[in-house]
Amino acid sequence: MLVLALWQLLGQYGAISSRTLPTPLRVAEAGIALAYSGELFQYIWSSSRRALLGFLIGGGIGFGLGLLSGLSRSAFRLLDSSVQMVRNVPHLALIPLVILWFGIGETAKIFLVVLGVFFPIYLNTLHGIRSIDPGLLEMARVYKLRGFSLYREVILPGAMASVLVGVRYALGLMWLTLIVSETISANSGIGYMAMNAREFMRLDIVVLAILLYAVLGKLSDTAARLLEQRLLAWNPNYSTPESGEGKAA
Amino acid sequence: MSVRVGERKQAGRARIGGEAAGAEEAKQQGGPESGGWQGNRRDPRRENDVQTASKKYGSRDEYDESRRLLSRGKRLVISGASKKFGGKEVLKGIELEIPAGQFVAVVGRSGCGKSTLLRLIAGLDEPSSGSLSLDGSAISGICESTRMLFQDARLLPWKRAADNVRIGMRRGSREDAVDALALVGLRGRADEWPGVLSGGQRQRVALARALEGQPGLLLLDEPLGALDALTRIEMQRLIERLWEEQGFTAVLVTHDVSEAVALADRVILVEDGVISLDVEIRLARPRERDSAFAHYEKLILDRILGGEEGSERLRATGYSI
Repeated sequence: MLVLALWQLLGQYGAISSRTLPTPLRVAEAGIALAYSGELFQYIWSSSRRALLGFLIGGGIGFGLGLLSGLSRSAFRLLDSSVQMVRNVPHLALIPLVILWFGIGETAKIFLVVLGVFFPIYLNTLHGIRSIDPGLLEMARVYKLRGFSLYREVILPGAMASVLVGVRYALGLMWLTLIVSETISANSGIGYMAMNAREFMRLDIVVLAILLYAVLGKLSDTAARLLEQRLLAWNPNYSTPESGEGKAA
Repeated sequence: MSVRVGERKQAGRARIGGEAAGAEEAKQQGGPESGGWQGNRRDPRRENDVQTASKKYGSRDEYDESRRLLSRGKRLVISGASKKFGGKEVLKGIELEIPAGQFVAVVGRSGCGKSTLLRLIAGLDEPSSGSLSLDGSAISGICESTRMLFQDARLLPWKRAADNVRIGMRRGSREDAVDALALVGLRGRADEWPGVLSGGQRQRVALARALEGQPGLLLLDEPLGALDALTRIEMQRLIERLWEEQGFTAVLVTHDVSEAVALADRVILVEDGVISLDVEIRLARPRERDSAFAHYEKLILDRILGGEEGSERLRATGYSI
């Protein structure tokens, strides 16, 4: 709040040139104007759609393969070293290649997000399964838990904490990838809005776009945290103090 | 299930033969086959076991006899079981016969192979040579009627106490699980996460889970080792009571001689992979820690320590090895 007020004051009295940074009021005005015309929501929607679609596909593949190589030794040998090799290539370096493959349409952006999201989820799923207490697995053997019930009762919840760390990390990478790919080539979305505004020197809209990314990033992080609290309620490290007390009472 | 019952029936006939088996078979065919332990509690072999047991151990009181006849406990026979890890032979041809319903404690220094022995009985490991059998059928893999209590309770931390107990049931409602918890005095804590329960409570939940499957054989791998002295005594009483009520066969591995004497019908000492002592504890239950108790304790401890000088000092620190 204080920062906002200071920023407004400095901008208003010319300490910061409006060519460097527009005042918060100008940014808000630009936001309202864009919201009235409906463009703003359209851009947010198309960006979020790409992000979510890419996240679901990449996360799904990462989780599936992570599960596979966590559970089967031969799958691990087959998959892991190649995945680790590809992982070390920064996925944004693939942008030229991706543009050549898919053009500059939706597929290219979703593909990049998929790549960005895949690795953290794969790695953390694998790690989660590897770090399940072998004592619990032995207990499951004694109680004859096998196949799907073993997976549902022991392996999935055991790996969940680690998978969710992967999810949080992946959400961050998801937005990062999207921003970069939208800035390079797009005809809709927040990145497009920012690039377009740059052409016309509309700094207020550029700042608005940056703020929007920050808000969206924060929102997805909060969602991940809520998911953690819900799925890891059993874990004293994650459960909220209120729910802990409620149960003890 | 039906296959297994068939096998047992055959084994039974082979062992005792004659009219007795025929009559018994007719009885079994008449009765419901799917009765689980109830179905074979008048198993001919079991009566045979009790005869050999009483021959071996002299006269036992009648309560014990009838308890064993009616129990669902399984008879465990270990013949020549050895286990090697790498080049090291941890168990060297163990011969042991545990009649149905008996409570046996296995004591020994750490690393003597007692836990390995328990894992063989549980079917978690395979013996390198020799064989183990439960009620006449060889142990290969984990047996349906065998349950194990580990030193760390091994509850699933993401399941509430009652849901952890439900893992031990084939089918059963949450109410059954809560009833099982009531049996170990935890009725009010069914909805707790294991993370907030104390060590003793966790172990009691694990006990409820183990007993929920109506085990014929309960294996206890130092289940009380990590508990404080008071909780330990409480747990000992609880285990003794449930054993008396339910009549399963129990094998307790412990490093605490006084715990072994307090709970077991028979204490076995394992040293360097062989059984070096096999004592029957003839004390009435519940056991008082009187001079007779101390006599057994000293007998076993002296054998373990081999009359070393260290024995005095160790005895002062609570009879713990």
